Amino acid sequence: MSQTILEDNIASPETPGTKHFPPFAPNDALEAEAAKRLAQFPDDQKRSAVLPILHHIQHHHGFLSAEAIKWTAERVGIEPIKVVEVVTFYPGFRQSAPGKFHVRVCRTLSCAMGGSYELMDRLCEITGIDRDSLDPHHHPIAVSPCGTWSVEFAECLASCGTAPVCLVNDDFHEGVSPEKAQGLLDGYSK
Amino acid sequence: MSDIQYLEGKQPDPREHRLIFKNVDRTGWNPSIDRYLEDGGYEELRKAMDMDPKFITEEVKKSGLRGRGGAGFPTGIKWTFIPPNNTKPVYLICNADESEPGTFKDRYILHQDPHQLIEGMVISCFAVGAHVAYIYIREEFPEGAQILEKAIEEAKEKNFVGKNVLGTGFDVEIYVHRGAAAYICGEETGLIESLEGKRAYPRIKPPYFPAALGLYMCPTIVNNVESLCHVKHIVRMGGDEYAKLGVPRNTGTRILCVSGDVKKPGYFEVEVGKVTMRELLYDMCGGPKDGREFKAVIPGGSSSKILRCDETFKIKGKDGEETDLDFWDIPMDFDSLAACGSMAGSGGVIVMDDSRKMSWVLNNINQFYAHESCGQCTPCREGSTWMRKISDRLVAGEASPEDIDTLESVAYQIDGKTICAFGEASSWPVEAIIAKYRDELIADTSEDNRDKAHNPEAEAQRKFLQPS
Repeated sequence: MSQTILEDNIASPETPGTKHFPPFAPNDALEAEAAKRLAQFPDDQKRSAVLPILHHIQHHHGFLSAEAIKWTAERVGIEPIKVVEVVTFYPGFRQSAPGKFHVRVCRTLSCAMGGSYELMDRLCEITGIDRDSLDPHHHPIAVSPCGTWSVEFAECLASCGTAPVCLVNDDFHEGVSPEKAQGLLDGYSK
Repeated sequence: MSDIQYLEGKQPDPREHRLIFKNVDRTGWNPSIDRYLEDGGYEELRKAMDMDPKFITEEVKKSGLRGRGGAGFPTGIKWTFIPPNNTKPVYLICNADESEPGTFKDRYILHQDPHQLIEGMVISCFAVGAHVAYIYIREEFPEGAQILEKAIEEAKEKNFVGKNVLGTGFDVEIYVHRGAAAYICGEETGLIESLEGKRAYPRIKPPYFPAALGLYMCPTIVNNVESLCHVKHIVRMGGDEYAKLGVPRNTGTRILCVSGDVKKPGYFEVEVGKVTMRELLYDMCGGPKDGREFKAVIPGGSSSKILRCDETFKIKGKDGEETDLDFWDIPMDFDSLAACGSMAGSGGVIVMDDSRKMSWVLNNINQFYAHESCGQCTPCREGSTWMRKISDRLVAGEASPEDIDTLESVAYQIDGKTICAFGEASSWPVEAIIAKYRDELIADTSEDNRDKAHNPEAEAQRKFLQPS
């Protein structure tokens, strides 16, 4: 029974974005990153390296699959459930593929006053994403049918003075008023 | 300093006093170590390494520096909480998890002036006897994390970080550790749990400070980015000289971040308490947008209690005498804002004009806290979601007048009943907005809704209770 619950919790349903990311497979770069991070903590505290290792995997593979979770657990020397509890706690980790370009729009007060909800609506309109069909609590990330785009509301990106702001993958954009939505996406659509 | 030029359109206001933000938006500036050294960088580190660590801590105490992360606790005093007969390793953690809505100061330090932070950290490590330090940076600053990694590499090459710093025999390593988009990691014990590779559940107090038991159950000092940068300037100026900046008990400079409905939002580094609300919002931020009037201000990040722009506060002086203080005359310091029933918090000032409905503002804030509650304590986990659901109804026009009372009672059942200050952070905005805008909120409700079921459970129950 407990095994089933664990398996359910580490399942990664396929999304239109899956095709843009290589499936998880350990490689030299990951081994090197893991070794570097593990060295930053005392010998009996290797669990500390879980977050950095997961970040590296998610960056290259788009999301954290069951294989990725098991590999991380083994590499750090802890039970897989301890990695699962981290993955399911932090909004920054995801278990299914986003779009090739993942847009995180700040939703919090100053950005909302600056028009971030309108920006989100515009982004969804352009990319053909239907956010309303999702339960935002369980599915904060909505992927476009083509798999190129995904959107998510983020909680305060700490640039309230230049609202509204968003992140596209690792790039930060400020002062993105709703009218600039098309231009923002055009910068990535190659 | 007169030779310092700033980028067009980003010149500091004449009322500013820039220490920490000296290099932010500076013409010809870049985050490299060479540029920093040209400008006299790491001189304070050299100076500090000749001092006795205890002397540095004393200077920081004398400076009166209060933590810039939110709670405003004196930094030097925090440092002295390390047990005197400690034999375990001591850790220093830089809290760069800047997530409090309305706050955007650390972003510019991390991205534009990383060496200032590193210098402040090495001095602080030397003062508290830490040989390993971590910069816990929020996941949403991916570029900031890269800039810091590079800056640490540069500092290691020049021997400001690493083994035998500047030939003094002092070793210190600094590592960058990225969070994963959880607001609760700004709470220092939640941050420590996260750094240990776990869910960021804040720890039960006491001990009240991780200086006693922190990372890996070792003494740990957790300081905000801005606080650690101030340490460098305290070493340069001396604690007494630094304490002359600002006002008594509220010393130094601090960065105020203004966002929302003003003509010119932005960041302003001012002497603490030397600028009033009027000067900040009218003179420095250009006043309200055309045709609008200021309505309300959240003075220190979204957790701080909202203030009405037409309020007058009764302030008790030292002699017990009460005097009136108009909202616009509030000096921007820790004690004055506390006396007005709010707090200076993280310095994030969010301004709302008369176009904003308070029910909408409240709902936006409630959504934030409902999303960010870590889920450890029942009052907060359940309560923050209840508050969000009630305010959802309020903005949808489906709330009844009693809902306002329910909302208020939920808030007071969270406040003070949780392991960490998130309980207060989530309930204070609700308590304050209801206390100050009750009439406006009630106007958004409808008597007709009193008898309506607001959720499927209530509907089912109603069928059971009132067979028709």
